[in-house]
Amino acid sequence: MASYLAKRLLLIVPTLLGVASLVFVIMRVIPGDVALLILGGDQGSHIDPQQLAAVRQQLGLDQPLIVQFGVWMWGLLHFDLGTSLWTGRPVVEELLIRLPLSLELAVLATMISVLISIPLGMLAAVRQDTWVDYVVRVVSIGGLAVPSFWVGILVILFLVLFFGWGPPLLFTPPWEDPWANLQQMIWPVVTVGYRYAAVTTRMTRSTLLEVLREDYIRTAWAKGLAQKAIVIRHALKNAMLPVITLIGTEFAFLIGGLVVTETVFTLNGVGRFVVDAVAHRDYPVVQALVFLIAFGFVLVNLLVDLTYAWFDPRIRYQER
Amino acid sequence: MSVYPLEHATASATLRRRLTAVEEVGKFIHAKPLGAAGAAVILAMLIVAFLARALAPYDPYTGDYELQFARPSLDHWLGTDEFGRDVLSRIMYGARIALFVGFTASVAGCSLGALLGVLSAYWGGRVDLLLERVMDILLSFPQLILALAIASILGPAVQNVVIAIAIPIVPRVARVVRAAAMSVKENVYVEAVRALGASRPRVVLQHIVPNVFAPYLIMLTAQLGSAILAEASLSYLGLGTAEPTPSWGLMLSGSAASYAEKAPWIAIFPGIAISLGVFGFNLFGDSLRDALDPKLRRG
Repeated sequence: MASYLAKRLLLIVPTLLGVASLVFVIMRVIPGDVALLILGGDQGSHIDPQQLAAVRQQLGLDQPLIVQFGVWMWGLLHFDLGTSLWTGRPVVEELLIRLPLSLELAVLATMISVLISIPLGMLAAVRQDTWVDYVVRVVSIGGLAVPSFWVGILVILFLVLFFGWGPPLLFTPPWEDPWANLQQMIWPVVTVGYRYAAVTTRMTRSTLLEVLREDYIRTAWAKGLAQKAIVIRHALKNAMLPVITLIGTEFAFLIGGLVVTETVFTLNGVGRFVVDAVAHRDYPVVQALVFLIAFGFVLVNLLVDLTYAWFDPRIRYQER
Repeated sequence: MSVYPLEHATASATLRRRLTAVEEVGKFIHAKPLGAAGAAVILAMLIVAFLARALAPYDPYTGDYELQFARPSLDHWLGTDEFGRDVLSRIMYGARIALFVGFTASVAGCSLGALLGVLSAYWGGRVDLLLERVMDILLSFPQLILALAIASILGPAVQNVVIAIAIPIVPRVARVVRAAAMSVKENVYVEAVRALGASRPRVVLQHIVPNVFAPYLIMLTAQLGSAILAEASLSYLGLGTAEPTPSWGLMLSGSAASYAEKAPWIAIFPGIAISLGVFGFNLFGDSLRDALDPKLRRG
């Protein structure tokens, strides 16, 4: 197990280095200049070249690319994510303002979807090819088909038309006013949670179907065990591994996937922050966010693999 | 020494007659009604896209400012938008963009991914290690942000949207096909073909590729729906197709939400079109997976 862990940890390094290089290159290739944007040059007004050069120097953009990359990597090694070129504030500070909202949205959506999807997926698998299965599949495939921004628009439209409610402009943290916070978050959570639940329901159904065809399940039936015991105690436990993987990786990507929902509900979260940062060519912010999301993804993957080894003794024995 | 006459066993059952194409379709509809419903939606979408010029009641680009925000009526079945353009005609022409982007992006992404997956599995060693790390990097890169960045680099045009959507598909398919190719490679018949002196391209093309076709097809149908959805999301965020192209996502961006209260049909119908299209592809893909994957077939 220790050598397995060491091998996995070592493999993280080239992946993260690759992500860091890729996002650095992509941001430098995107046409547009943050210095020009700061001076308002994108609106077609005349910009003094000396002034432009001064801003570029101030932001460190006059340095050779390799030096800029080195400075960024050195900062990362010291847990310094840099300073936003657009606002002039440290990226960490900017992130801390927005992270609680996105994290709350992600955690609540995950909780709701897990509570709904596992029983639904189980039900569909046990009743395969019956009307119950068809209804669950249609509802879950629907969750994948309906664009979340459209659900958001419809929810807002419904609330505006029937209750005169519009999305509030300022975020109320749960520790300040839990009720106001819940009112603000419930609709985005439902919008994100439905899609998330759809993915997990499908995975639960298909993995459970595979497990229910295994020989040991037939043995359990032959032993005369009740259906409930077979499905919950024998099958579900073994079908959960891919589902846990999916929940983990979906969660890791949720922060990046909130872009659209946060835009619809005018929530000032991390997702919208990325879109704005790409539009402003705010290199340090995009680089830091992509790196953090990739880091989260790699970390969740590692945790999932370790959970696998812990859950499934066969994997542990293979590593010995 | 007595001599026993040898008797050959004869099969009592006769081979089942091969089904005709119509019977095959009937069998699929009966066995997989949801899949058949999905196929019907896809077929309808294809017909609308191909015959948009003949079927659409109005020109999707020409507006009439006197008819701004006209309610759904007999003249304009789904109403008009803020420029007085017919919503139904724009949705019909929008099917072309959705299908074009969906098909080209998923075929390109899945084919490149499958090729890399097979190569990675067959060559093994350093090639595999290198390709796997590159796929790891692409996989851990947030999908929508990658598409957003690529679309920003290339600018808003249909062919650029295809590239932006195809690239994130590559590592996902490469992973699945690599795993399938690895297990095919271990089969005895592959070893036998190699022992007979078959060249590498022959082993790969004739013996490995046909056996990883099922996972490739499953991934392709699964990615088709999400590619259509990705195009809509990118257009919604202003990084996909540009006005006045009739694209479903674009129809929902910007003004649709702000006019939603005054003219809800602008926001409702394009959304239904996207959902129905993606729904059709997902239903069909799901049933295809159930039919092709022996582990999911009913026992």
